[in-house]
Amino acid sequence: MIGQIFEVTRFNFMSIKDRLYSSLVIVVGIAAVVSVLVSILAMGVGFQATLVDAASPDRALVLRKGSDAEMSSGVDQDAAAVVTQLSGVFGVSAELFAVADVPKRGSDSVANLPLRGVSPDGFTMRPAIKIVEGRMFSWGTREVIAGVKAAYEFEGVDLGNELPLRDMSLPIVGFFEADGGAYESELWTDVRTMQGALRRPDFSALRVQYEPSMGDSLNELVEEDKRLQLDFVPETEFYAEQSEGTSAIISVFGYVIASIMAIGAIFGALNTMYSAVSVRSREIATLRALGFAGLPVVVSVMIEALFLALSGGVLGAVGSYLAFNGYTASTLNQASFSQVAFDFAVTPQLMSLGIIWAIILGFVGGLLPALQAVRMPIVNVLRAE
Amino acid sequence: MTSFGFLLANLGRKPVRTWLTFFCIIVCFLLFGLLRSVGTAFTAPPNLSGVERLVVSPKYSIIDPLPISHMRQVRSVPGVEAAAHADWFGGNYLDLGLAFPTIPVKPMEYFDLYSEYQIPQAQLEAFENTRTGAVASRGTAERFDWRIGDVIPIVADIYPKMDGSLLWEFELVGIYDRPDQTSGNFEDFYIHYDYFEEAKQHSKGMIGWIAVRVENPDAAAEVASAIDARFENSRDPTRTMTENEYNAQFAQQIGNIGLMVTMILAAVFFSILLLVSNTMFQAFRERLRDLGVLKALGFSDGQVARMIIYEALILTLGGGVVGLLLCYGLLIMVSPILQIYGTFTLDALSLALGLATALVLGVVVSAVPAIRARSAPVVEVLRARA
Amino acid sequence: MTNIIDIRSLTKTYWRGGEAIHVLSGIHLTIRDGGYVALMGPSGSGKTTLLNMIGGLDKPSKGSVEVCGVEIGQLKGSALAKWRSHNIGFVFQFYNLMDVLTAQRNVELPLLLTKLSRKERRERALTALEIVGLADRAKHKPAELSGGQLQRVAIARALVADQRILVCDEPTGDLDRTAANQILDLLEILNSRHGKTIVMVTHDPEAAKHAHECLHLDKGRLTREAA
Repeated sequence: MIGQIFEVTRFNFMSIKDRLYSSLVIVVGIAAVVSVLVSILAMGVGFQATLVDAASPDRALVLRKGSDAEMSSGVDQDAAAVVTQLSGVFGVSAELFAVADVPKRGSDSVANLPLRGVSPDGFTMRPAIKIVEGRMFSWGTREVIAGVKAAYEFEGVDLGNELPLRDMSLPIVGFFEADGGAYESELWTDVRTMQGALRRPDFSALRVQYEPSMGDSLNELVEEDKRLQLDFVPETEFYAEQSEGTSAIISVFGYVIASIMAIGAIFGALNTMYSAVSVRSREIATLRALGFAGLPVVVSVMIEALFLALSGGVLGAVGSYLAFNGYTASTLNQASFSQVAFDFAVTPQLMSLGIIWAIILGFVGGLLPALQAVRMPIVNVLRAE
Repeated sequence: MTSFGFLLANLGRKPVRTWLTFFCIIVCFLLFGLLRSVGTAFTAPPNLSGVERLVVSPKYSIIDPLPISHMRQVRSVPGVEAAAHADWFGGNYLDLGLAFPTIPVKPMEYFDLYSEYQIPQAQLEAFENTRTGAVASRGTAERFDWRIGDVIPIVADIYPKMDGSLLWEFELVGIYDRPDQTSGNFEDFYIHYDYFEEAKQHSKGMIGWIAVRVENPDAAAEVASAIDARFENSRDPTRTMTENEYNAQFAQQIGNIGLMVTMILAAVFFSILLLVSNTMFQAFRERLRDLGVLKALGFSDGQVARMIIYEALILTLGGGVVGLLLCYGLLIMVSPILQIYGTFTLDALSLALGLATALVLGVVVSAVPAIRARSAPVVEVLRARA
Repeated sequence: MTNIIDIRSLTKTYWRGGEAIHVLSGIHLTIRDGGYVALMGPSGSGKTTLLNMIGGLDKPSKGSVEVCGVEIGQLKGSALAKWRSHNIGFVFQFYNLMDVLTAQRNVELPLLLTKLSRKERRERALTALEIVGLADRAKHKPAELSGGQLQRVAIARALVADQRILVCDEPTGDLDRTAANQILDLLEILNSRHGKTIVMVTHDPEAAKHAHECLHLDKGRLTREAA
């Protein structure tokens, strides 16, 4: 039986070059589905990674009760002082988070560039922040440092340039990296400078470094205190929630578009395989008349369909890896209402997912024509003409 | 039989192939329509209400507030006919998060400015006279099955009440209709500014933005500059744009959706081009003899070539029309669910573009077979056994 | 009686790889209106080329071919096609019917080139099928008909537009004796009762006997003999 399958499959592949153009329909159709699926999902994965990777289990945010983002939150000086005194808290960075309208590079339309005012503890608790060009800003001055992705995305975020903000202008003295995290999309400065520029006496939120085992009790202490009216949210929880909405939308979009395309690709594959079977109907009937069983014929048609589909899948997955892996894009993070730049992440998992899709499409597209190939009445086919 | 009947009969030669190709084209144009609607939803379609309005927003960032005193000054700028202010309340409804935009407004002022919004006069007056009142768009009301008199609870994220509580309750006193689906505004939920101003804990005396109707739309740009000039040296400078520009800028923040849509469509159409042209080639090759016979019967080279093109056009235009109709129906079904992300519709431009694409596709895939059919030698093909 | 076909000094030369092949040389031939001529000769003698010339599918290299008062060599592409549709009915050895169309629709095909209404087209197609005795098979597709029936449908197609000349290329070549005889009888009736001029290429001496005269072609030259 295996021998028969091998022989019949060999026949098929020998004639594939005569059917090159129609075989290409399967390969290209499935490559298109896979590349669209993988690229869009890579966007969602990249976006999520950018936010979630920035989270650490020993840090938390303290926000105004009810707020789920720094932008909509507000914490006054007194509350900040209370939180600093809590046991289990190692460091507190009172921070002010806002956005400024700045045009993106190559566009005349402005977008929300996130600005973060931090306290000295903000750097100690986030060791990932590294100055990669220029220098750190000096405390108590108007100097700012810019995340590398903010510099990449926004017009005028250049070393030595001054960024106009309200009635001040902030000299950009350095660029920093943050292990690819969302901070790289931000501009950082002394929180006092931000307060002055925004004419705000309070903070947006407190960034707290704490003993993780004390998390629950800190949570209780902060949230139970009626005077404070604050929420204590661990970073892991906070960022998971922030990325949830947008990355879910991206995934749903990717799956919907790819599914519709997949339906089209199945029609295309069916078309190709039906015509492949019909072109070879006489040959198949001859083999059957010579005593070849039905199964090898079915299997050989399936192998051909799967081979073409797999080529398409690999082409699509590798293509989207080459085209998009590491490609930087930025979007409005609905939760923080600020622009987040992220890199597309075409991970091995996504590429395998794409190839699995390709195999399924090839299977579905090949099955009916393969069954058709053995159902053809041998005698009629041989007598025709 | 008609010539059209003959074309259909030819398409029926390999019904499986024809139908599969046809389905592929349908799927392709369904996608085209859906992606176009995504593209237009996120690039803020032009407001078709015919009303030229300006939006006065804070100069540096849309999250900054403006003092309410700006209203008086805006009204005094020559060329300004009317002005109304609004703000972003945020808030979460049920466990849906931000289910619809909640906007505090002065009822009479706002609905005067947005005169294309239709609301029964009695309901508008009820809104004006009910401090905790609110009005919802027809879409939102239907989505949540609200009735007039229902109490809508919204949990604040930005604006706690004076007592620190986060729960705001509004009484639904009216439902308004938006005249066209492609207006840049979403399904806003309007609450009463007076109540909001009095009950909120912080940012008293501040508003989000001001919408302005100008006397002469042709002078809108001058009025916009005059407004910005008025506040240039104040603590709160402004940036004034037309409503379209304002919406477009908002939408572009999402990112380059247009580019993404274009890239997906390029992949889709490249595949479909290959598929349909393959079908046309196969059909052509099988029919070489028939084409020779037609010429012998007195059909001219041009007629035979056109026949091939028409055949392709039946497939692509037919598939295009069905696909776009399918998309249209689908959008009507899903757009209520997607309304907070934007207004997803197939506009006339997308339809026209879709049909034009179908036309071009049909001509491109049939061009080579048609040229070959034109020059197909009659004498040789006729003697060949079928 | 007038000559419907008038061929003078006809020469046809094909060029293959820089070498001239004289398929027909110096042919003189006249056929009167209502005539019935058989063309015989070995393979490659130029029978079909001559037939195609008369049918307006091919053009002379030299000389003149005048059919129904028109000089073939002077008509260009679409004008020639239009002329064909009015004057020439083709009958082929392998029928050349459209597999996707019913018998009636196959017959109707040439009428698509006319200004006739849909109803008139249908009626004329049915009349033509009646003439060939296949009115009851109007709705059948070629795959459901026998060889003889197929050839009769083809003949109906060749006369539906009231063409004056039937050009038949081995019309019985693919048929058994009985079916062939039926076709030959039909052609004879069309000639005698309906006044069709028939030019028929054939290998079959039996077929040739039905014609008024039989012409022999050999290496591109014509010898005439009475049937």
